Amino acid sequence: MMAFVHILFALVLAPLLLGVINRTKALFAGRNGQPLLQLYYDLAKLLRKGAVYSRTTSWVFRAGPIAGLAAVVAALAIVPFAGTGAPVSFAGDLVLFAYLFGLMRFFTVIAALDTGSSFEGMGASREVQFAALAEPVLFLALAALARRTGSLSLSGILGAVTPSEPVWALVAVALLVVLLAENARIPVDDPNTHLELTMIHEVMVLDHGGPDFAFILYGAALKLWVLGALLVGVVLPGENILLSLVAMLALAVVVGVIESTMARLRLLRVPQLLVGAGALAALALILVMR
Amino acid sequence: MNLLLAAVAILVAGGVVALWRDRGGPVAAVAGCVVGLVGAGRVLWTGATVSLRLPWNVPFGSFYVEADALSAFFLLPIFGLSALAAIYGGEYLAPWRGKKSLGAAWFFFNLLVASMAMVVLARNGVLFLVAWEVMALASFFLVTFEDERDDVRAAGWTYLVATHLGTAFLLAMFILLGRENGSLDFNRFTAGKAGLVFVLALIGFGTKAGFWPLHVWLPEAHPAAPSHVSALMSGVMIKTGIYGLLRVLTLLGPPPAWWGWTLIGVGLVSALVGIVFALAQRDLKRLLAYSSVENIGIITLGIGIGLLGMSTGLPVLAALGFAGALLHVVNHALFKGLLFLGAGAVLHATGTRDIEHLGGLLKKMPATAVTFLVGAIAISGLPPLNGFISEFLIYLGAFKGGVSASAAIAVPLLAVITGLALIGGLAAACFAKAFGVVFLGEPRSDHAAHAHEAGPAMRGPMLLLASGCAAIGLLSPLTLGVLTPVVSVLTPADVLWEAARPLTIISGAGIGVLVLIGVVALVRRRLLAGRSVGETVTWDCGYAAPTARMQYTGSSFAQPLTELFRPLLGTRKKFTPLAGYFPAPTTLTTDTPDVSRERVYRPVFGLVEAGLSRLRWLQHGNVQLYVLYIALTLLVLLVWKLS
Amino acid sequence: MNLELVLILVVLTNLKLLGSSRLGSSIRTVGVQGLLLGLLPLVAGHDLTARVWLLAAGGAVIKGVMFPWMLMRALRDAEVRREVEPFVGMLTSILIGIVALGASFWLGHRLPLPRPAGSLLLVPVALSAILMGLFLIVSRRKAVSQVLGFLVMENGIYVFGVGVVQETSLLVELGVLLDVFVAVFVMGIIIFHISREFDHIDTDRLSMLRDWKP
Repeated sequence: MMAFVHILFALVLAPLLLGVINRTKALFAGRNGQPLLQLYYDLAKLLRKGAVYSRTTSWVFRAGPIAGLAAVVAALAIVPFAGTGAPVSFAGDLVLFAYLFGLMRFFTVIAALDTGSSFEGMGASREVQFAALAEPVLFLALAALARRTGSLSLSGILGAVTPSEPVWALVAVALLVVLLAENARIPVDDPNTHLELTMIHEVMVLDHGGPDFAFILYGAALKLWVLGALLVGVVLPGENILLSLVAMLALAVVVGVIESTMARLRLLRVPQLLVGAGALAALALILVMR
Repeated sequence: MNLLLAAVAILVAGGVVALWRDRGGPVAAVAGCVVGLVGAGRVLWTGATVSLRLPWNVPFGSFYVEADALSAFFLLPIFGLSALAAIYGGEYLAPWRGKKSLGAAWFFFNLLVASMAMVVLARNGVLFLVAWEVMALASFFLVTFEDERDDVRAAGWTYLVATHLGTAFLLAMFILLGRENGSLDFNRFTAGKAGLVFVLALIGFGTKAGFWPLHVWLPEAHPAAPSHVSALMSGVMIKTGIYGLLRVLTLLGPPPAWWGWTLIGVGLVSALVGIVFALAQRDLKRLLAYSSVENIGIITLGIGIGLLGMSTGLPVLAALGFAGALLHVVNHALFKGLLFLGAGAVLHATGTRDIEHLGGLLKKMPATAVTFLVGAIAISGLPPLNGFISEFLIYLGAFKGGVSASAAIAVPLLAVITGLALIGGLAAACFAKAFGVVFLGEPRSDHAAHAHEAGPAMRGPMLLLASGCAAIGLLSPLTLGVLTPVVSVLTPADVLWEAARPLTIISGAGIGVLVLIGVVALVRRRLLAGRSVGETVTWDCGYAAPTARMQYTGSSFAQPLTELFRPLLGTRKKFTPLAGYFPAPTTLTTDTPDVSRERVYRPVFGLVEAGLSRLRWLQHGNVQLYVLYIALTLLVLLVWKLS
Repeated sequence: MNLELVLILVVLTNLKLLGSSRLGSSIRTVGVQGLLLGLLPLVAGHDLTARVWLLAAGGAVIKGVMFPWMLMRALRDAEVRREVEPFVGMLTSILIGIVALGASFWLGHRLPLPRPAGSLLLVPVALSAILMGLFLIVSRRKAVSQVLGFLVMENGIYVFGVGVVQETSLLVELGVLLDVFVAVFVMGIIIFHISREFDHIDTDRLSMLRDWKP
């Protein structure tokens, strides 16, 4: 029962995370910034609109946001929160978890290619490169944790956290880099840029509007929540729901701080960052092995 | 057994009739395959092994055929995909009617299917090699169907040489086994000199299956063949190599650990090299051929994990590894067959295989596009389709070993997991490129702009294959019933039921995702009902005259990844830089030849040719001297043996 | 601050050296590594006598402050900032670093040593530092990077010493420090002179000094 309550928390509170991130960035820049609930207002506005579709596109374009949202909601059912098990949990569910994000990414990429625009093509090609490198890092990190806790299910792994060992810290850093890469945050991608040479995620969804765009924004918020819940679960033991919720908001603040203090990396550097994160996860794995 | 032999007989007879009368080839193929499917299904259903043994007056040979669970399992894709390819081929070959002998083409097609079935059923070394050779020759004649083209002829020769090199190793292997055991019947083989036999089998069957670096014929032969033949070759024929390897493994007894490690290494390298090269291709069928190399690598990886489990006493690892590999055999037949048939439909409609000249085909060929998309999602291993299921079984086996086994075994297994994750990501990128550049966007040339949808005989098999992919993905627990008896031929498989319990949840999750998609789609329809839904052009940043050539090309899409793997690919770039200050025309061409072909085979064959051309003086054309050679040799042999 | 944590941080500094091409930040990283190694005798479980404190302080000052300062001065005079075009790219360097780490752990288990006091990580981390230092020397062009590689190797040998020698011998430590001091001092001077003479510090171009024509 508790597990479904957690899903409800995620569905309701996910857009709040983006609001906290934007507020943190605004405070660093000396502004007041958007209201914390801005994304909710945006979603409501978008859901009330009609839609405009490009003549070049087809049903693939219309299917992209829907498939992406469905995939990330399914991933939500696998991630445990605050130490209690997820509704869907079985040996090897970490593989399904990673590949559901792959499904979301595949549909986003082909929806981008459907527009026949070079902007979307550019974003799509960069996105698949980063994803091809980020997935092994995620698997390495989860493998280290699986070996440490002896469990092959996310619920089992996050139920046996002992954060006092260096292994968990190394894995947490690797997972943070994966979170930044998968959610298109600085230093991998700048969510505020609108220059086509520098966009990755933004440009892939450039032609969507109306309810489709609402699904995309909401799906992105949920993806941030899901990966954030994984990271918080690795760092925080115990079964305190309130503490975990506060930790999620703290994670959003941390992401905001990172975004405000760092610049976006050159595109050629991002593979090095991801491989560096992979090195940390590999080190964690080696430490667990002995 | 009667049904299976009847199927082979129908196929051969139908082929002869087609050659003689130039009609009835496809019908006989489909009929034979259906009969064969029933027979194979019966063997799997009843779980009983049927065999037949007849004497044959060839030395060491006997007509010994047997259908156990392993053979029957491989017969399923052989007969299934062949039937669908025959239906497809009937319409695909129609443009050549009158210009080429279609009767011969159907004769060789039926002969190919019959010989593949015999390879899988044979239990005698001589019978096996005869069937193997017939398979090679029949496919050679099918590959060189369009032999008026230079590239097709070159591809045919490459294929013939490669397959015979592999057969040479198989011949050596069977001679070795025969010398050890005094007979070439499989049931008389014992495990003497197992290591050498394993290596010979690895090279011999690996050439047919397409292990790296023995794969060089695949990217040449599969694009050159007509598309229904490519589908058959890529989907089924290379799997006979896998079957041969598995059959030899059943004969050799308990495996030492290095066999498992060797197969894991070969599998990982083949998979990685295959998919990286696939990313760099612009010929659609060559891309699919390299992707076959990748999937064979994944299958071999699964077999390696299974062998590792057997040698280290971890039955769960063994069962899961073999189950994943075997399921991937069937899955790959389904989705690679589907993708090749789709590529054939594209070629049939547009006349080109070059993806940089295609685009926007989804609007002209909607059914082909949908089935191609299903194939692309399945081959990328994404849930909820069948590719994910077989890769999941391999992942699960590797994880179970990685978590609970000793460090010496666990570290490489976890490296395997990382490798599989990388390969999965690259495969998704490659097929997003293939589907996106060919079917989406705007047409990049006139060929693509004037495409038409394929006819019903071509669409039907593709739809069937796509439904097969979806069925296995969404109903995966049912596959365990078929897999368990097959895996138990190789290793005790009772643990499979318990270990593969997650499949139920996975298929449930797959159905859940589809339901969610339906719900969200309904929500959107409700939201947009009654509101304005407009149409406009794609956002073009204010350019006055966007053209279809401004779209991202396939090479551009793959460029970040091909740049990352540049040392592996060895891409040659020819670029004439601009001189002066003003814009001017220039050209840039890139070319990615196969690395092992350029760096390994070409120098070696060049050396061999240089050495052998010194002996050319022997071939002077004088008949009397040739007869003198024969007489001298006869004299020398007589003196030697009789003294 | 326990021993394992210090050793893991040492490994992380080595990985950062492998993945970075900026010479200024690399020198600072080696300085941080020197400070960490200064801490090593304090957390290695030996008795905390005044001698140990002196050793730790001396090591930290020399390795953590003096060497970086000398190298920064040489760097400033040579006017280079980045390691461009190393023989092995940054990505491949990190991957080789991971392989070296794994190999060190495997080798560490196989070396027939008396069981080291402190932690099971000492010998593998030492071996990995030696290997990564050697790799830096082999794969980089600039003379400053080669000095850094040499320093990393010496750090590795030092960690090895702390692990294997039961009691810190002041004489051994001083001998090692003097050796390194002289090396860095001399190398600093040489780098300055090389850059003044040739306007660059690319060591692979030193092969131009050959007398005979190939």
